[in-house]
Amino acid sequence: MEITVIGAGVAGLATAVTLAERGAAVTLHERSQTLGENAASWLAGGMLAPYCEAESADPSIVEPGLAAIGWWAERVPDVVRGGTLVVAPAREGADLDRFRRRTRRGLPLGGAEIAALEPDLAGRFDRGLHFPAEAHLDPRRALAALGERLGTLGGTLRLGSPVEAETATGDVVVDCRGIGAGDPGIRSVRGEMLVLRTDEIRLSRPVRLLHPRFPVYVVPRAGGRFMVGATMIESEASGGPTLRAAVELMSAAYALHPAFAEAEVIEMKAGRRPAFPDNLPRVERRGRIVSVNGLYRHGFLLGPDCAARAADLALGHKARKEIAA
Amino acid sequence: MDIYGETIASRLMLGTARYPSPEILERAIAASGAGIVTVSLRREAAGERAGRKFWDLVRETGVRVLPNTAGCHSVREAVTTARMAREVFGTDWIKLEVIGDADTLQPDLFGLVEATRILSDEGFKVLAYTTEDLVAADRLVAAGCRVLMPWGSPIGSARGLNNVYGLRALRARFPDLTLVVDAGIGVPSHAAQAMELGYDGVLLSSAVALAGDPVKMAEAFRLAVSAGRLGFEADPLHPRDMAEPSTPVLGQPLLGQAVFA
Repeated sequence: MEITVIGAGVAGLATAVTLAERGAAVTLHERSQTLGENAASWLAGGMLAPYCEAESADPSIVEPGLAAIGWWAERVPDVVRGGTLVVAPAREGADLDRFRRRTRRGLPLGGAEIAALEPDLAGRFDRGLHFPAEAHLDPRRALAALGERLGTLGGTLRLGSPVEAETATGDVVVDCRGIGAGDPGIRSVRGEMLVLRTDEIRLSRPVRLLHPRFPVYVVPRAGGRFMVGATMIESEASGGPTLRAAVELMSAAYALHPAFAEAEVIEMKAGRRPAFPDNLPRVERRGRIVSVNGLYRHGFLLGPDCAARAADLALGHKARKEIAA
Repeated sequence: MDIYGETIASRLMLGTARYPSPEILERAIAASGAGIVTVSLRREAAGERAGRKFWDLVRETGVRVLPNTAGCHSVREAVTTARMAREVFGTDWIKLEVIGDADTLQPDLFGLVEATRILSDEGFKVLAYTTEDLVAADRLVAAGCRVLMPWGSPIGSARGLNNVYGLRALRARFPDLTLVVDAGIGVPSHAAQAMELGYDGVLLSSAVALAGDPVKMAEAFRLAVSAGRLGFEADPLHPRDMAEPSTPVLGQPLLGQAVFA
């Protein structure tokens, strides 16, 4: 069966790879000239943190989110299973209690235990939570690795190839364009992020800093780089980051550790997350078009599950969940 | 509740920010029975009209929208945001916030009076986020404001009514003005207390949005506001220093003297 996938963000790449693994002849079209250039997932944190995310998201994300950790570890390099560390400034202890009440599998830590996990945070926080079952990856390396894997499996990736779902060739078309698909039910939730580089501090796992106004996470990447994110703004604006967002993210990073004050700011970007009103993804088939959309802030967390559901629909099977039920 | 001559059936106003999803927001609005929802133009937009999709979702609930100037730290910023809000939402109602302190988010009363005067002159119907300060209230009324929204305690602090005495004095000073407790309400009993003081309504945001179950909390606030209002209307008892039996006490003709025996 010949299948066309449109959009090479995390949803499109995961779907194309899943289809190719199941033996389909897949062509993945991406309008940008380079992989990830305009994808929301290029700016992602890459946290595979289903328990932490369920603090504010629907609990149905936990199970597919946990399965995603194994999916990524089998396919891309550098999936780190070091868990997530959650900390709060001393005066926001109530927020930490609330976070613990609303999540599962978080282990309460004292100052010494935080220092044992992350020596550079020694003495900075008295209390925290560790979610040992969680993981993280570098989204850009992961997207590139999926692109390579698609080629190895005999699929084709066409960059600089804008394609419309209705007119695309192939037995089945899978539309993974996110906001670009023009679905009227989709809105954009803007996110701003920055990348810092410093050798003065080392972290082994994503750290979430709870703050009533500026909650932030810092995800360590190779080469002394740290991704700091991300704002959540109900907005379709596609321009660069605002000064307000930059100040908030920077202040929060500084609150996590003053060493970030000396870090080099190597990137500052804004992107738009596609979301349905319930902030949960949808995978649907109408005629020969399967659409995958609304991955919101959970592209890497829920991408593999959406890809499997899309592949089921594209290849004519019932959705996996219905079979399980 | 009377808002500039319009009667709003519900005494509860609800903020729309920071819900887990717009779908949960929609269900919370329904469960709260709110007649008015507030929308922030500034923080949620990052550029003019960019929050359109979200605003459409809010409008689809059919509830009256009250735009606010949340996050504005100067008169000029607040006035500009109010003008933009009038254009975007087609309403001359504006919940006016001029923030004076970045940590406590308490209102800049001087800037608030100035912005109220400018906007009232331009035909806006201003709902002013203020403190319980009587003099500030006088000046706001003189500047054209007819709906005062004093804080219970700082925005998002969930501390309830910090100065009950001050809120009572404000109510007594302005018996005919619409008064709505705006910020700091954390739990339903805080809202009930504000209503028992004779306030016309309450505005809630994070108490519902950040609750573990926002829809259930919205329902709890609907009941609390209703209970508090009924309690106020029923002319409640006031505290006294001695016990008063609810049924006549027989066989104790010298009740009250026993303690001296």
